[in-house]
Amino acid sequence: MSIVSRGFSGRRSATDATLPPGQYLTTDFPVLSAGPTPHVPLDRWEFTIKEGTDVLRRWDWKSFRELPAETITADLHCVTRWSKLGTSWEGVPLDTIFAGVRTNSSYAMMHSYGDYTTNLPLVDLMKKQAWIAFRFDGKDLAPEHGGPARLLVPHLYLWKSAKWVRGMTLMPEDKPGFWEGLGYHIYGDPWREQRYSGA
Amino acid sequence: MWRVGKVVALHDETSTARTITLEVPDWPGHVAGQHVDVRLTAPDGYSAVRSYSIASAPNHESRVGITVERLSNGEVSPYLTQEVAVGDQLELRGPIGGWFVWRTEQTEPVQLIAGGSGIVPLMSMIRSRVSAGTTAPFRLLYSVREPGAILYRDELQALSDRDHSVSLTYAFTRAAPKDWSRPPGRIDAALIAKTTWPSNLGPTSYVCGPTPFVESAASLLSASGNSPDKIRTERFGPTGDRK
Repeated sequence: MSIVSRGFSGRRSATDATLPPGQYLTTDFPVLSAGPTPHVPLDRWEFTIKEGTDVLRRWDWKSFRELPAETITADLHCVTRWSKLGTSWEGVPLDTIFAGVRTNSSYAMMHSYGDYTTNLPLVDLMKKQAWIAFRFDGKDLAPEHGGPARLLVPHLYLWKSAKWVRGMTLMPEDKPGFWEGLGYHIYGDPWREQRYSGA
Repeated sequence: MWRVGKVVALHDETSTARTITLEVPDWPGHVAGQHVDVRLTAPDGYSAVRSYSIASAPNHESRVGITVERLSNGEVSPYLTQEVAVGDQLELRGPIGGWFVWRTEQTEPVQLIAGGSGIVPLMSMIRSRVSAGTTAPFRLLYSVREPGAILYRDELQALSDRDHSVSLTYAFTRAAPKDWSRPPGRIDAALIAKTTWPSNLGPTSYVCGPTPFVESAASLLSASGNSPDKIRTERFGPTGDRK
């Protein structure tokens, strides 16, 4: 039961109904990162899929960009409570990335340049729910927003959409990534308001 | 879990920023640098939540202080800076965040870089250092629009006068005091080189402010030889309503 704040009426808008609980709408694109923005030269960029010590797949920038890409329109929900609707991206679906990969693992740890990590169930990466995105709003993705390439998994809070991705490790069991180990929710569904672990 | 805090003190820091001190009976304690979510609820059940950095040091009195900058188009900050009165109850959740924190066990030099109200969580670190009586050397580089916009001015001055292991440098972006040696301007490589710890001392840096400020300051630190994994950042966007 919440306490009524004396004299507070708030500012409601028609769009609030379409937002996950506790979110508000923004039209700009705030940046949240734990450290400095890494600048990754394209000639040194790579993306790998690993399982244990095995490298199952490896792309350099050229071979990655030869994969068929698609345009994506997505609503973004950040755990710091802003939401941005109808954003436009271009990227390679993870279904394509995983084509031909055989695994018994059920989870993935995403790894980024700058050492960020975040964990996801593999089912959340399949069926056109997740992409490695490299263009935003018709332009190459800026470094502060995760360029050259970032994960885009818009049905989860945005910290799951790791910036500056360099690869993923498949895991039989779920393990917390960077923010998940610092008090944020292991899964992070904005519609169920899974912001923090146990809070 | 939402907790109820009672407003026990209000203090205007500047014409637009106010510190609200809450007494939270079941407060579990916090670490300098963490933040809280504050929830306001209207009579019809509508609620709005925003995050605010904690300004106060960890303490044994179950007190939590937040400093809120009023945003002209804000939904929550005008209420917190203008409507709230001593004796009111506010709901809060936290403390939140385990990365942008300074713990009293840390002994390495600390470099704090604040842009505007980004000083708030850094002030909690400075106060935490003082109350714990530790000797980790601190440097603060505080970029602010003009002298009148400085938060915690007297406290910072008294502290650096009394304890030379806390050094203080202001950088004014729009208007500097008359006799100021550096013309108004943003933080640049020369100022970083002159006023921050040499990277070979292995400082941990905490940078907080608006996004473009943090991008720039963190890049300058990195370019001057600081390892990226020793630079911790906290950014807030123009509509982020977050200190």
